[in-house]
Amino acid sequence: MLTAARVSPIDGSGGDQFRVELPTDLTQVGQVVDAVIACCTAGALISTRTQFRLCTVVAEAVANAMVNGNRNDPSRRVTIDIQVQSNQIIIGVSDEGDGFDPMAIPDPTHDGALEATRGRGLFMIRSLADQVAFNDRGNTIWMTLPRC
Amino acid sequence: MTFTAVRDAGGVTVVGLEGQLIVANRQDLKQLIQDALDRGERKFILDFTRTAYIDSSGLGALVSISKKVRESSGDLRLVGLNEDLRSLFELTKLDTLFSISETASEALEGF
Repeated sequence: MLTAARVSPIDGSGGDQFRVELPTDLTQVGQVVDAVIACCTAGALISTRTQFRLCTVVAEAVANAMVNGNRNDPSRRVTIDIQVQSNQIIIGVSDEGDGFDPMAIPDPTHDGALEATRGRGLFMIRSLADQVAFNDRGNTIWMTLPRC
Repeated sequence: MTFTAVRDAGGVTVVGLEGQLIVANRQDLKQLIQDALDRGERKFILDFTRTAYIDSSGLGALVSISKKVRESSGDLRLVGLNEDLRSLFELTKLDTLFSISETASEALEGF
């Protein structure tokens, strides 16, 4: 079972901060989600709606990091940083890949794309998180959700 | 995630999905449906009543399954989507691709 380690606040933003690190292994995505939810629900209840959004965006971002970022290379790691603040939760997911241009991802809801079996991940994250940001390299995604 | 498949007296295979449908287990569901197709089963209900969340790989697997069932002249219906899962299908516009019913009994009437 994966557990998140409590870490010291990086930027003095307050709240509780945790980190999960793991090798690229798609079979562990569900366990990562469980570990993140355990951090976010410690000390305060969050709604089933927020839990659904958290589970979905974390599963999505971690799978993207392993498949598209780390190219399924088990020697490369994924790091999940969790900031639980008084009114919001910020999740950062980083891989060891070269990064990508998030603006280059096409809209998967166009008529011609509906029957595609891939390409919905970033769209789903953007739809379910309140805010989404990337580092310059494009190998870290930050997702902000309400803590309610 | 665990999948349970039951074939009813009318020849409809009802598959319950418990937990999450994500990149780690989507292949299991695709294989389950493929095996059923190979046995000659053609009518399917996927029941999401006990499903917590689905990632884009899971949605992709459902699109793939839908194609395979359709190419086999079969019929696939989705039931038991809660408000959050339903909204996921709506925002990705996959609600236009699938036949979605509230309950299994409602879906059975449509076959």
